[in-house]
Amino acid sequence: MSATNWLGRVRAINPRRLRRVVGLAALLLTAMTVGSPRTIAQARAGEGPSGNVDSVGAAPRGRPDTGARPTRIISLVPSVTEMIFAMGAGPNVVGVSSYDHYPPEVATRPRLGALVDPDFERILTLHPDLVLVYGSQEDLVRRLDAAHIASFSYQNGGLDNVTTTIRRLGERLRRPADAERLAASIEADLDRVRQAVTGLARPRTALIFGREGGSLRGLYASAGVGFLHDLVELAGGDDVFGDIRRENLQVSTEMLLARRPDVVIEIHASEGWTPTRLAEERRVWDVLPALPAVRTGHVYLLADDSLSIPGPRVAGIAEQFARLLHPDAFRRATPQAH
Amino acid sequence: MTARSPLTRGIPVVLLCFALMVAAIVFAPFIGSTDISFGAVFSRRIPFADNIDAQIFFLARLPRALAAALVGGTLAAAGAVFQGLLRNPLAEPYTLGISAGASLGAMVAITFGAMLPTGGVATAGLAGAGLAVLVVYALANARHRGLSTTVLLLSGVTLNAFFWALILLVQYSSDFAETYRALRWLMGDLDVVGYSSIVTALPLIVIAFVAFAWLARPLNLLSLGAEAAGARGLNVARAQRVAFFSGSIATAGAVSIGGPIGFVGIIVPHLIRLVVGADHRLVLPASACFGAAFLVACDVVARTVAAPLDLPVGIITALAGGPFFLWLLLRRR
Repeated sequence: MSATNWLGRVRAINPRRLRRVVGLAALLLTAMTVGSPRTIAQARAGEGPSGNVDSVGAAPRGRPDTGARPTRIISLVPSVTEMIFAMGAGPNVVGVSSYDHYPPEVATRPRLGALVDPDFERILTLHPDLVLVYGSQEDLVRRLDAAHIASFSYQNGGLDNVTTTIRRLGERLRRPADAERLAASIEADLDRVRQAVTGLARPRTALIFGREGGSLRGLYASAGVGFLHDLVELAGGDDVFGDIRRENLQVSTEMLLARRPDVVIEIHASEGWTPTRLAEERRVWDVLPALPAVRTGHVYLLADDSLSIPGPRVAGIAEQFARLLHPDAFRRATPQAH
Repeated sequence: MTARSPLTRGIPVVLLCFALMVAAIVFAPFIGSTDISFGAVFSRRIPFADNIDAQIFFLARLPRALAAALVGGTLAAAGAVFQGLLRNPLAEPYTLGISAGASLGAMVAITFGAMLPTGGVATAGLAGAGLAVLVVYALANARHRGLSTTVLLLSGVTLNAFFWALILLVQYSSDFAETYRALRWLMGDLDVVGYSSIVTALPLIVIAFVAFAWLARPLNLLSLGAEAAGARGLNVARAQRVAFFSGSIATAGAVSIGGPIGFVGIIVPHLIRLVVGADHRLVLPASACFGAAFLVACDVVARTVAAPLDLPVGIITALAGGPFFLWLLLRRR
């Protein structure tokens, strides 16, 4: 067949390929512009895309606020569910999200979907008087408004946002004193960790929250925005990707080597991560022997669902990080820390 | 003075493509998002285990350049083989469902890897591709003596759709983090971190290329049509089987290294044909060499243009290669 013949037939460019390319380009652009999903780690926990931190704890909507304590609460946001239980309103929770695992009582509540698949009909049948939703669930809020059900939009943010949200939520739940006690105790715990590491050398730290099993391909790391970044810094680490103003990024091998982390902390959900698997995956790092963290044995893998939830347990995460980054400081200085 | 044959006239093009490939592989590791000291890279005084510059060069950049060359060359040559086998200019390495099978395997490993012993994303991808190859072959062979290219094409396209439905099902049942990582895998990624995935796929690719070398003349005869090729003494059924299996295992190997990187496998063979004509003795080696050089160059762009971020290379191949090919296509008319 001659070249001209081929030429003629090539003119019919395959529309399926074109669509795929256009689709992928659009996807990439979306991922780049919205800063990708609100960090992979939080996404794992069902946390939603990040929004504007200024709009933390938006005003309740729907039915006019009567000033009464809500008695039938639905939370579609795991970190908010934890806040509600921690301030003592757990008995009023009548439904939770599909990603809620803590506290253990949530296992007895109906699961009503999450960010992308809230089950509106089941929500209605539970007759809630307050539904806690993600800031990006505008459609759901509109539908709740139409059904005269009050809603409270949650936005992700940095570490400060945890206690800010608790206080705002406390006002909405008519439990300002409980909320204040909870927020103050979290702040005190965080302060204790901060003080324990004050003045110590800050190891360069990479916080990794996703990669292909059995290899270092497809590494995702926490970058300079978000509560995980704030926790690393508070725990006395210097986030090696802290200068990149994103919540997460895919890290190439070159970038990882060039940033020379002294410590690597890799966090995973607990499901499927047995101690044997953690040990095997820890050894995967040995392919990069010049990485200071590998050379000095400071690569840590943690499998704990709490690590990706910006809720009342953040001080515990800070302490876990700080104990890895500064084990000596904790051995001698803070016997009161558990 | 006698006119030179098209074959003789094409040889310089093949040599040029080969030179481009070598130049791309040699120079690519010297370009990157980080400033490294090349004195330190090649210094024997610093032990490798302590030498970050050498590790960036030899563990991050060089394997990437080699992976890009291997994947690009393999996809381009496999594309030429499938276009010849199916006698269809729109055929490519992904037409027969092999990449969809590999993608399904990879999706399962990414989503359920923590629970199932899938043996890693690359291995699961190879297993998925193998499954797809066997199913397509069994279908195309079922009611014919020898392969029916029409049945091959239709069953491949159907299997593609079927596997994509399963991929969507797996993605639907996974959480955000896994879905995002799976989508990212589908965009193609050559950051292979060392040489193990290259070494795993290399035997498959070497076997495929040996078959490709044998296939050049049979594919030329097949382009006349199966009957005409048979009349000229070609064992058509055997040639088709060799083309199908070699193209398939080449595709499986390439996808297991870099994911389903698009564009290279369909456009590079056409681009080469625009220059050297349709003789597979020229098209196959030139496509392999140019595909290799092209993907190495695209990967250099992917890892530097938005540094420190890495763009998915599959986006660069189409964004950079598409306009170039269209320009060539229109200029030639």
